[in-house]
Formats: sequence, C-alpha cells, structure tokens
Amino acid sequence: MKKKGIGLAAGFYPSGMSGGGDSSQALVKIQPDGSAVLTVGSCDIGQGCKTVLAQMAAEVLGLDYRLVKVVNSSTDLCPLSMGTFASRVTYVDGNAVILAAQDAKRILLEAAAGLLEAAPEDLVLAEGRISVKGSPDKTKTIGEVAGAATFGMRKLIVGLGHYMRDPSHPDPETGACDPFATLAWSATLAEVEVDTETGQVDLLRLVTSYDVGRAINPLLAEGQIQGGAAMGVGAAFSEDLHPYYPSLDFQPTNLGDYAIPTSLDVPDVESVIHECPSSHGPFGAKGIGEMTANCPAPAIVNAIYDAVGVWIHELPASPERVLRALEEQGKS
Amino acid sequence: MELKVVGHRVKRYDGLAHVSGETRFVDDVIIPGTLTVKALRSPVSKGLVRGLDTSAAEAMPGVAGVITAADVPCNAYGMVPEQPVLVAEAIRYKGEPIAAVAAVDEDTALEAVTRIRLDIEEQEPVLDPLEAMKPDAPKVRPEGNVYMYGQRPFRQIVFGDVQTGFKEADLIVENEYFHPSMEHAQLEPQVSLAVPEASGRLTIHTVSQALYFHLGMLCGILQMEPNDIRCQAWAARTGSAWRHNAGFSDLNLAGGTVGGGFGAKNDLHADHVTALLALKTGRPCKWRWTREEEQLYSTYRGAWRMTIKDGVKKDGRIVARQMKSIRDAGSYTSLNAYVVDKHCFLAAGPYFIPNVYVQGYCVYTNKPPASSMRGFGVTPTTFATEVQMNRIAAELGLDPWEIRFRNAFRLGELTPTGRVVSSAALVEVLQKLAAQAGVDLPADLKALTSARKGEAS
Repeated sequence: MKKKGIGLAAGFYPSGMSGGGDSSQALVKIQPDGSAVLTVGSCDIGQGCKTVLAQMAAEVLGLDYRLVKVVNSSTDLCPLSMGTFASRVTYVDGNAVILAAQDAKRILLEAAAGLLEAAPEDLVLAEGRISVKGSPDKTKTIGEVAGAATFGMRKLIVGLGHYMRDPSHPDPETGACDPFATLAWSATLAEVEVDTETGQVDLLRLVTSYDVGRAINPLLAEGQIQGGAAMGVGAAFSEDLHPYYPSLDFQPTNLGDYAIPTSLDVPDVESVIHECPSSHGPFGAKGIGEMTANCPAPAIVNAIYDAVGVWIHELPASPERVLRALEEQGKS
Repeated sequence: MELKVVGHRVKRYDGLAHVSGETRFVDDVIIPGTLTVKALRSPVSKGLVRGLDTSAAEAMPGVAGVITAADVPCNAYGMVPEQPVLVAEAIRYKGEPIAAVAAVDEDTALEAVTRIRLDIEEQEPVLDPLEAMKPDAPKVRPEGNVYMYGQRPFRQIVFGDVQTGFKEADLIVENEYFHPSMEHAQLEPQVSLAVPEASGRLTIHTVSQALYFHLGMLCGILQMEPNDIRCQAWAARTGSAWRHNAGFSDLNLAGGTVGGGFGAKNDLHADHVTALLALKTGRPCKWRWTREEEQLYSTYRGAWRMTIKDGVKKDGRIVARQMKSIRDAGSYTSLNAYVVDKHCFLAAGPYFIPNVYVQGYCVYTNKPPASSMRGFGVTPTTFATEVQMNRIAAELGLDPWEIRFRNAFRLGELTPTGRVVSSAALVEVLQKLAAQAGVDLPADLKALTSARKGEAS
C-alpha cells in the first residue's frame, strides 16, 4: 500500500566562524578608464562569490556590475582570507569589499572635488557619474575622474578593506560566549509517499523558506537552496560512507555505490526567500551556503512518520531501514 | 535607498566559462616535464612501521624521487599540529600515506609504489567511538582517545538548570539519534601541482578552499623561513601551524577556482606531498587522487550519536533540554574540535529553552580523519532536534507547526551560550513556508511575530 505524509523541520545557522576571529581583506583598484578590479583571497567553490562580491563593489561605486573584474587567483596577488567555509564569504568578505569600495570612492571623490570645484561631501556618485549636488550639469564620468586622477594627479586609486569579528572564547565551565556574527533562519516542508511493501519512499514535494538577511543575488541564493536541498535529499535517502558502521567493511569506492541524488531524485524545490536584515551584514545579508543542507532530511523523516507512523532514528531512510522500522514497530 | 545591482538577478560572473568548459581547473594546468605522484598507503588501520626500504623504487628507470617521513622538515600539521604528512612509525588509519613517488608517468609511479618494501607490525584498531571512550581501549593517539576541552573530555554548555527544568516538566521525552558518515562527493577530487622556480620559490596549483589557511600550514611543514628554527622548538612555542608567519613569500598558492568543495578542501590532502617532491626532484610534480582514494581516504563528515532528553509542558513549551553528542573524529583532530564546538553552540535548536545542558565529545578512532562538511556539526543536530520536535508534538497531541511557533526564538532571547538573539525571523519564515505550501495556519499562529514576547512588532 502507498501512503502519503507531510513533514516539517526548522533550523538556524550563523555566518562566519563560530567564535569569530576570522579575517577577510579586499582591495579595490580603479583603473584609469573608470573600471574596477576587485581582489579577494576567498575561493569560488561554485557558489558564486565572485558574482555577489562584484555586485557589492559595483553598488558602492555606482558602477555597472560588468565593469568590475574579480581576481582571487593566488596568495601572491590576493589579500588575506581565512577561506571559503562556515557560510562566511558573503558576510565577511562582503563587509571587507564594502569597506574597500568606500575607500576607493573616497579617493575618487577627492579627485573629483578638484575637477568640479566643489567639496567632496557635495558630490554624488551614481550610475557611472560624479556630479555636484544641485548642479546636475557639473558632472564627470568616473572614467574622466579616474583618468585625470591617474595621469594628472599621479594617484593610484586603491581602496582597502579588512573585516574581522572579534574572537569570543567559550567559558570553560558554562560554554558562555558570543560565538555568532548573525543568525539566519530556515524551515522546510516535505511530502512523501511510502510504499509499505517495499519500504521505498518517494519525495513528492519539497518547499523551503529561508531568511537570508538580504539576497544580494536572488538567483544565486536560489541556486544555493536547490543544491543544499539535493544534498539534504541524499542524506535522507541514500548517502552513507560507512554502511556497516563502525566497521569500514563494504565502504563505497565510487559514485555508483555511493549514491548522491540525481536530478531525477530531487523534485522541483519551491523556495521562498525572507529578508530580515542583519544590522551588520553587508547590505543586511546573512550567509546561507551551509544551512540549506540541514532541514530536508528531518522534514522527510517526519513526513515518513506522518505517512506510516514509524520513526526513523538513523539516516539514511533507505528502503531496508524503513521496512525494518515498519516490521519492528508493527505497522506493516 | 534604491539599490541598482545588489538584490538583482544578474548573471553569474563565471557562468558562461563554467557551462562552456572554458574554466581552467587545477587538472587543466599543463606544464611540460611534470612528474606523476602516487602514494604508498597503509594496508592496515593500526600498526607500527618496522621496516621501510625505498631503494628498489628509487632505482627504477623513470622514477625521479621518493619521499618518506625522513624528508619532511616538520612532520606534524593541523589546527592541533599532530598529523604527519607521511607516517614515521605509528599508523593510525587504513590508507594513511607512508611514502610517495614521483615518476615520469602514472604506470611507472604505480609500479614503483609496489617495489617499496614495507614491514608492519599490525595492531588491534578501535573503530567504534563508544569502545574508544572506555578506559582500557587501545590508544588511537598517545594523548588519549578523547579531545580535551581544557580539563574536560567534552565541551560543556550550561544554561539555566536542566534538573529544575525536568522537575517543572509535565512530560519527559528521551530519544537517541544517529547521523552517518557522509562523503562530500564534490566533482573535482584532490589535485595538486607543485612547480619549483629557479629562485627557490614554489608555486602550488591547489584545489584548496582556504588558500591562506593552507599557506600558513605549508610554511610550517616545509620550514620555509629565513632563519633555521627547528620544528619541534617552533611547534612548542606557537602551538599552531597557522601562527607561523615567516616565509609566506616563498610559496605562492595558485587557485581560487574550485570544482566543488563542501568542506572537502579545508584540510591539506595533497599539496604538502607535491611540494616536498618538487623540492626534492626540482621538477613539477602532480598528484591527482582517484575517485576511490577520494571516497576511502579523504576527509568526510564524521558520524554522530546524539541523545536528547527534553522536559516539556503540556502546551508544548520545552523547559529543559539535555544533550549528549559523540562525534567520531577518525584518527586526527583536523577541524573536528571546532565542528564539535559549533555543534554544541547550536545543538539545542532554533528555540528558546530556559534550561539547557550539552555535552559534546570529540572521539578519536582508527578511521581516516573526519573534518568539515557543509553544515559542520549543525547538520546532525538539526536532524536530531527536528525529529525530536515532532516526537514531542506526537506525544502531546500537538500540531508540528504549533510546537515550533510556541518555542521559536524571539528577538532579545538568549541562546544557550548567553548570546542575545537579534534579527530573529523563524516565526516569519515558518509563516511564509505555510503560505507557499498551502497550509492554512490557525489565526493565532498567523498573528505571531518575532518581536519580543508581549510586544507588538
């Protein structure tokens, strides 16, 4: 018999290393033609940090996003970063990029002040132009200002940024500390169909809701959500590196035996993005890279209970394990 | 302020290069004269190296160099500097590298590995963390089988008083949960290409997710510093490879574009071996792990056994939560101690619970070292606590939505480490989930907000 059920799970996750103390630096160079090179030490591991960091730099500098080049290719060239982990790059590097872009903007405005015969604080930078407030005809492009600053004033327009949250060490007795920069929130609903004869569970629907503070790029945030959901589905149904744990026997040695989900195993993920800004996140953003993998598995396990009334206490919820649970708990 | 590009769905910076196959990953870097690296790995989970003879391998035509522990200037690295690059004597896991060969091609390198003579005195391994925690268990490491958080063999979180909470409770719900080991299964395996330069500098093309983190570790291993401080003296002085900050300009880690990570590339896997062979042979050396090596010997999400005991009121409020979590760390600390910390800080879940007690154990076994994986220690606790929430709801006859709304963190409440919750949004996230899923919540749940309890939003 096939039975359907619905399950729910919720979660939260911090941005950056728990305990703080993890640095990222950024360097924004304005080229003589007004385009920009952003240099960071964090890696793009497929999540798309080059895109969101370029967006943030472009926003601060009033530049077309496509005019920002991102370099993160080596330690010789790039400033310090602790690395790409702990859902930290959007939050920590993002803050460093904003500081660096603001620094570069300050240098640009100082140069423009001389050219436009106005105080730097009376200038506005938007859509590739620097203009005098209230006098829209007194205006120059960023390229004109950068060229004049470079060749006329012998300037090198480089903005620098360093962001680090102070370390917070846990009290040895109570664990008391302030370990998190900011917390993001999540919830997931899964609908499954359980075949009580075979133990096979089909995932019919996965709906997710995430607080991301602010989605710097909703398309990439959804990409993280889709990828994390797939990883969670793998954890729920098929992935086990030590199937005879704690023994190492019959350990899967290839991706045929260690079955990560394919596109056929993951339904279209319906995702809702909620924006509850962090007061210190870049443009309010929080990191969501990791948390997207956490809620699907418990939501699925709770849906199996809703469908057939058995609890799964060990992942993955393989057909064998579901069938055993049905037999042991007398529901088959 | 209206934002021009932040918040917009702009195209991925590197999207076209990725989908058209133009992106150059480490394996795509071709340098003429590059040697192929293969490792001799331990066939046993625990033992002592009693004899190691590489002369037959070194004598083979096409073999440019063989390294053993004797070639490693500082053979101890990691957050706790304890993991050898190559085993000197004590083998702690099956697959642990003992020697490495650089040869003109893959066939020669594989053949040379088989010609290394290795004598091992096999010992009884301990693979189950519950066994490893027993006082008479075989030792994975001389210091003991449990990571020490100060004077304690576990991280302890104390918030309120759980015993008082249990007395106030109408119902106690206690269950055990198990989260298995998981492999990252990222597409790009461990690959490293070390290129020596005439200046004596070294460029390493790396798949690292954390270039500077590994730069510091590699400087420590290679002792690339201007003065000649011996490794043991240095390690005792600083306690961590990361703090070593001389010699950064001797090494250039080239990377930044990684073919998937999920935490698989936060630990050194291959860069130290290729660097040592490049320094020894004076030629570019490349080591590309096979999928089998990746599955069997790379870092992974270690398994977790978690026990939760909750005291709950009839209305669904959790008044006490006691947790004991045991992490199977494998044979070295890697990032496991941090993983357990993060687990403990967040273990009680996204709910305000006035009385919490958490014990998190980081236990060594004779498995390959576990380490970071997407979600660190939070993924397993989310599984455990979220199934537990539904079990409580089922026992009380409550709706799974309602129990989460009732307990969800509100603005200004304290987490179990005493951290004030700001930018709280679980209530709203749940409401939006219900709306998207077509679940019609009762009016009182729809009206809730994350504002402080008793305050309007």
